Amino acid sequence: MTLFRSFQRDYVILAIVGAIFCIFPAFTNQFQLSVLILLIYWAYLGTAWNIMGGYAGQFSFGHAAFFGIGAYTSTVLFVNYDISPWIGMMVGAGFAATFGAFMGFLTFRFGVKGHFFALATFAFAEMLRLIAQDLDFIGSSIGLSLPIIGGDSWRYMLFEDSPVNYYWVILLFLVVGTAISIWIYHSKIGYYLQALREDEEAASALGINVLRYKVLAVAISAALTALGGSFFAQRFTFIDPSLVFGVAVSIEILLRPIFGGSGTIWGPLVGAIVLTPLEEFTRAFVRKPPEFLSFIQGRSGVDVMLFGVIVIIVVIYMPDGLVGTFPTWVERLRKRVRGDNGRATQEATP
Amino acid sequence: MSLLTVSNVTKRFGGLVAVDNVSLTIEEGEVLGLIGPNGAGKTTLFNAISGTHIPEEGDITFDGRTLIGMQPHEVCQLGLARTFQIVKPFAALNVVDNVKVGAFLRNRNARDAEAKAREIVDFVGLSDHAERPAKNLTTSGRKRLELARALATEPRLMLLDEVMAGLTPTESRQIVQVIKQIKDHYHLTLLVIEHVMQAIMTLSDRVAVLHHGQLIAIDNPQKIASDSAVIEAYLGKEFEFAND
Repeated sequence: MTLFRSFQRDYVILAIVGAIFCIFPAFTNQFQLSVLILLIYWAYLGTAWNIMGGYAGQFSFGHAAFFGIGAYTSTVLFVNYDISPWIGMMVGAGFAATFGAFMGFLTFRFGVKGHFFALATFAFAEMLRLIAQDLDFIGSSIGLSLPIIGGDSWRYMLFEDSPVNYYWVILLFLVVGTAISIWIYHSKIGYYLQALREDEEAASALGINVLRYKVLAVAISAALTALGGSFFAQRFTFIDPSLVFGVAVSIEILLRPIFGGSGTIWGPLVGAIVLTPLEEFTRAFVRKPPEFLSFIQGRSGVDVMLFGVIVIIVVIYMPDGLVGTFPTWVERLRKRVRGDNGRATQEATP
Repeated sequence: MSLLTVSNVTKRFGGLVAVDNVSLTIEEGEVLGLIGPNGAGKTTLFNAISGTHIPEEGDITFDGRTLIGMQPHEVCQLGLARTFQIVKPFAALNVVDNVKVGAFLRNRNARDAEAKAREIVDFVGLSDHAERPAKNLTTSGRKRLELARALATEPRLMLLDEVMAGLTPTESRQIVQVIKQIKDHYHLTLLVIEHVMQAIMTLSDRVAVLHHGQLIAIDNPQKIASDSAVIEAYLGKEFEFAND
């Protein structure tokens, strides 16, 4: 059966990708390892965003809200109550899911859609940022620092001596997150989310409780994103409101899945694989440009501009993202080889 | 007991009375045709039954349970599926996956839903296009897809809203055959809105005629075709009914 194959195929790809990533730390230096951690981290967050923004088509411009809730919950529990971040991040995921469900219910219940929904998510994230700035017990605008424990501790998820352990933690996140994403995509939930993304009226005529499934999508996506927020706090050992609730976080999260192909299983990972090294490359390029471009050397911001231009070009020519556009190219190529324009195959007569 | 009972239903849009005190019943296993000029209130009556509109007055019961106040998805879960006059395929999904969405209502398991969807895709004659995106289908294909998706929810009563609109006469004849086969094979009751007289007269056991929101006649096709009020309101001249 086709279904069985497609189900298995995605899990096989995941196993292969996971295995490849397991080999990398054996022959990477410290700098390459930190880029890889960043790559996996963005792939994971993109996968979480994709469940809501891709599968369900509810474009979120405010995922920083969930990210920040995760980062703050685990950190406050750690710093103030000495609770292990492994437990803290689960609590944070629960908070984020609850907040996401509340936000989703409020907006969807009153029919907020499309661009207005994106703006609403942005407003919720900004609201949390402002609240965090004014709450003293979570450090207000000064932020929170994690304690220096001197060494490695799995209990506190802090690895000062061997950062490779961060790599294993985030790789675990990515593998589990992607496995969940694959399962959703091929199951009833995934089909219902895609159906309501395409046409809400038709979806509800087929017995789908549109409101409930949209809220569910937000809650799942929020919980997974919050775990990423907790990881950020552990990795960088410092958080403040604009660092975790800021608009930059929201943009960085959605950039990779859209670039790679939103609504596809592998889009977020492909987006992260292409964009993260590209970001590093443009940075290095500006640091040491070729002779004829020497005038850009050391100009701050030029690397970001260059990166932006590359992203814009790709988005214009591949509006469905890398993974979304690839099958179209294959199809077009096949038609050219066959020499027909595809008309005949589109006839629906039996 | 009738499968569907519409009693004294009135639906207004502001000052416009779209459906005016309409009562009718549909018996199990029957095909009821619903005709009338554009703007007569056919689709509004459909929407009132399927939960999109809430009528101001009257009651609609399905198998003894009132549908008033139910959301469209709840109506569908009860076993009452509809198609749309303006087709609404899930464009990004392929044909089987479109139908699978409907099949998930009664099959939680993905493999069962897939099997059900493929069975129905074959039945409506779309098996050659099963893996193609729904957006690549022709009008006729899209109409079949609408049928297939609704059918996949395993309804007892299906509401078909102008399935033949925009089709060539040949395509219409083919889809009439498909509808007949569906009805017999899945033991369905049908409520059919249609403008193609040939089709509605051959398909229906009874025909109801709406005009300015009011039900002006409901009878078997032969009687409707010679009913003077219907001819004046809608048919325009005496419709020749082919006895076959």
